[in-house]
Amino acid sequence: MKAPVLEIKNFHVDYGLGDEAVQAVRDVTLTLHRGEVLGLAGESGSGKSTLAYGVTRLLPPPGVISGGSVVYHPASGDPYDVMALTDAELRAFRWAETSIVFQGAMNSLNPVHKVSTQMLDVIKAHEPQLSPQARIARAQEMLKLVGISADRMDAYPHQLSGGMRQRVMIGMALVLEPQVVIMDEPTTALDVVMQRQILAQLVELRERLGFSVLFITHDLSLLVEFSDRIAIMYGGRIVEEARSKDLYTDSLHPYSEGLLKSFPALRGERRELSGIPGSPPDLRGMPTGCSFHPRCPQAFDRCSTEIPVLGIPSARNDPHRSVACWLPGRTA
Amino acid sequence: MKFLLQRLVFYVFTAWAALTINFFIPRMIPGDPVTSLINKFQGQMSTDAINSLYVLFGLDKNASLWSQYVDYWGQVFRGDLGLSFTFFPTPVAEILRQSLPWTIALVGITTFASFMIGTSLGVLAGWRRGSVMDGLLPVTTFLSSIPYFWLGLLAITLLAGPDSFFPSSGGYEPGLVPSWNAEFIGSAVQHSLLPAITILISSVSGWILTMRNMMVTVASEDYITVAHAKGLPERRVMVSYAARNALLPNVSGFALSLGFIVGGTLLVEIVFSYPGIGYNLFQAVGAKDYPLMQGVFLVITLSVLVANLLADVAYLLLDPRTRKEG
Amino acid sequence: MSAPTSTITAVTPEGPEVAAAPAKRRRLRFVANPKAATGLVVLAFFCLIAIIGPWIAPFDPSARSSDLIQAPSGKHWFGTTHLGQDIFSQVLVGTRGVMFVGLLAGLVATALSILIGVSAGFLGGAADDSLSALSNVFLVIPALPLIIIVASTIPSAGDLMVALVIGLTSWAWGARVLRAQTLSLRRRDYVEAARATGESTWRIITFEIMPNLTAIIASGFVGTVIFAVMSEITLAFIGISTISEWNWGTILFWAQSQQALAQGAWWWFVPAGLAIAILGTALSLINFGIDEFVSPRLRSSGHTRIKTKDGHSVRMRVGFTPVLSSKQAPVTPVVRREQEEVA
Repeated sequence: MKAPVLEIKNFHVDYGLGDEAVQAVRDVTLTLHRGEVLGLAGESGSGKSTLAYGVTRLLPPPGVISGGSVVYHPASGDPYDVMALTDAELRAFRWAETSIVFQGAMNSLNPVHKVSTQMLDVIKAHEPQLSPQARIARAQEMLKLVGISADRMDAYPHQLSGGMRQRVMIGMALVLEPQVVIMDEPTTALDVVMQRQILAQLVELRERLGFSVLFITHDLSLLVEFSDRIAIMYGGRIVEEARSKDLYTDSLHPYSEGLLKSFPALRGERRELSGIPGSPPDLRGMPTGCSFHPRCPQAFDRCSTEIPVLGIPSARNDPHRSVACWLPGRTA
Repeated sequence: MKFLLQRLVFYVFTAWAALTINFFIPRMIPGDPVTSLINKFQGQMSTDAINSLYVLFGLDKNASLWSQYVDYWGQVFRGDLGLSFTFFPTPVAEILRQSLPWTIALVGITTFASFMIGTSLGVLAGWRRGSVMDGLLPVTTFLSSIPYFWLGLLAITLLAGPDSFFPSSGGYEPGLVPSWNAEFIGSAVQHSLLPAITILISSVSGWILTMRNMMVTVASEDYITVAHAKGLPERRVMVSYAARNALLPNVSGFALSLGFIVGGTLLVEIVFSYPGIGYNLFQAVGAKDYPLMQGVFLVITLSVLVANLLADVAYLLLDPRTRKEG
Repeated sequence: MSAPTSTITAVTPEGPEVAAAPAKRRRLRFVANPKAATGLVVLAFFCLIAIIGPWIAPFDPSARSSDLIQAPSGKHWFGTTHLGQDIFSQVLVGTRGVMFVGLLAGLVATALSILIGVSAGFLGGAADDSLSALSNVFLVIPALPLIIIVASTIPSAGDLMVALVIGLTSWAWGARVLRAQTLSLRRRDYVEAARATGESTWRIITFEIMPNLTAIIASGFVGTVIFAVMSEITLAFIGISTISEWNWGTILFWAQSQQALAQGAWWWFVPAGLAIAILGTALSLINFGIDEFVSPRLRSSGHTRIKTKDGHSVRMRVGFTPVLSSKQAPVTPVVRREQEEVA
């Protein structure tokens, strides 16, 4: 097993304080290993984006991290808890160690500055010792890697197409060669052809630069193909975690199964498509017990009273997977 | 460039509209106040002067409205705005030429300064929510609700006086002759301080508030989160990412509200007997000096249009999206 | 060009997932907003004075007496003028004129701005172009000098006349904001749907569009009232409107023309000026209330300081999510299950 690079432990996120607090992420424990692509899937409102923002402490008010730790293992030196960093340390940690590609490429770029300005200011902030020429060279090199020619450096965001903007964002995320790149639905706003191109490029870049990816999407079939492991979130919790091929062929949680059946597979055999009945739970009024039980076709009495615990499924003696479900053979 | 051209066409149109309003207003005066004024100055006016007043105020009942309108335009283009009755027999154009620089210096500089100061404070207030700045907002609201002229009166009572550094009226020391020497300029600056502070205090809070609200709105944009995620220094995120974008609507707001602001600031001139066009307007109103009133309105409107154009150029420089490139 | 100074047009985008939830849960009613409530109470007070002022005034505001330029006393609360008139009574009686002109001008301007702004936004095309150009012209032309000139050409302009002049010249700002909002509403799905099903334009405007403009119309109305009050007082102060009708501007006019300042008679202009400032502040507060009602984010959040893990007290802000002390962390289900198993 590869060494961990980012360990999320018992992580909790609330919106609001005290009695008004809404628990958006509950007790999430997740490990990202060096060089791997970890997929995080779930419907909107499942807390997957909140988890990503929380891990990087970028949640806007009234979001607060109400518990847990995120231990980062730098390439050299001792691991440290991101949640315990001071503002200055956090600033230094950001982008240099963990960068993010956000959902909306359209709005991720500052509309009033040139692409080059926005690339260069991040290099300048983290590597002030670099000469201006070296910074420009670095930025140009990285943009070339993502397929943007040097003459587009001086373009303004509104002069670029959606696909190009997202490439710029990916290039920017990699410019400091961080160990971890978090991608929050990076291709959702793009057309399918562009999606494929960008993902293919990402795979290639990862092989070359060796960073780990936490890839967040609602499109599970995309993850099956693209990631090494997949974690499924529902109602703020992880309900299942497994290697991609295991999850695809042998999902244990009824929700994972429902998600798989909601999207056409990009490759492989054809499957029948069917959605999941009902809608995601309201975080303000979570169902008792397993939060999926009102929508679950296989729910029984115990599901509505007790919260299942994430653990190695008793029916598959496999330390690389875990599930939180009361069905026989699942939660021990 | 297309943007600027559009704006230019609009300003030309507005200037035309203002001149046309100016043409019609005196023609709607019931009775003939101008005729009676002309009668009063009978014998002291040349036929030319009387003629030009006839054209400006539509006293020639025999001419058709259209030919009156054409004559009016011809005259305005020649810069002939008639004779002032208050300062008889000085032409209106001459009076305005003397007072306009005073107004531009006082109102122009203070309005711009107020915008800059208010915007900067608004950036801080919007960026650091719940800090001391938020507590200051009610105070500034109260200050902005005070009429300019009343604040001026108060300032004179409290700060000006025979022994005070601040003179209570005028634009310069009475004995001095306007010229570009240190003594005169020093005196002019000294006289302009109190009116300037008055304008500043009552107009600055509007800018603080709008900028604060824009900052709060912009702070939730994705690119601000990205800027934080990039680990940029706080100052850079605040200035170059948040404030830079929040400024754009504020600049166009500045252009649009110039008309409101300038109107209010002219009153400060009245209170301080400052030798600008606002004071001219006051004198003209008091003496029913219609030619001067019309001239003042025209000059104020045209100045505001020019200021608007400048604000548009600033907007053009600030927002790359309005620049058309190949 | 984007929306001007009123932030009310800045429709807030979606926050991440559930960020807006707590605000929705305890949806504050407008009057519960402390700013708006304060403003409304003060406004109600002035309205009351406007109605009963002439009856409760201790003196006839124009009546002369032998108490010339007296400082405030038990008999004359706000002192007297050069003619021995009671300033307290003048302020009380003058309130009616101020409120009348302010509200009437506000109504006229608001009606015009709705008519022009909503039609421009809804009709689009050439009608929009010409109506927008019209309101932009009125916006750019300095309103106060125009009002001064128009009012001074009308001989002995009374309150009604002044209110109409102000109302007819100050609708442009509201029209502009309303046009922008109507335009964005018109593109919303439910309006498009109503158009597609062949509902009449009138019906769409009254039932689909107008309800969504209420806040903007209200804030435009309040804004115009502020402007109208200021303009009216200004007109009276520089002696354009008739000085036979009392309002706060008239008091200031006499104070200025009788050299109240030189005589040290501060009481002559302080009460009227304060009354204007308080009324203006009250109206501004109502507008802030409306703004914050529409976009709750603008609210100066009271409870932003929280205790963090390391014992510091920090402010909630964008970009640096606070980490709460672990004590506050909710009990994890693991613990609960262990307890259950024990039991």
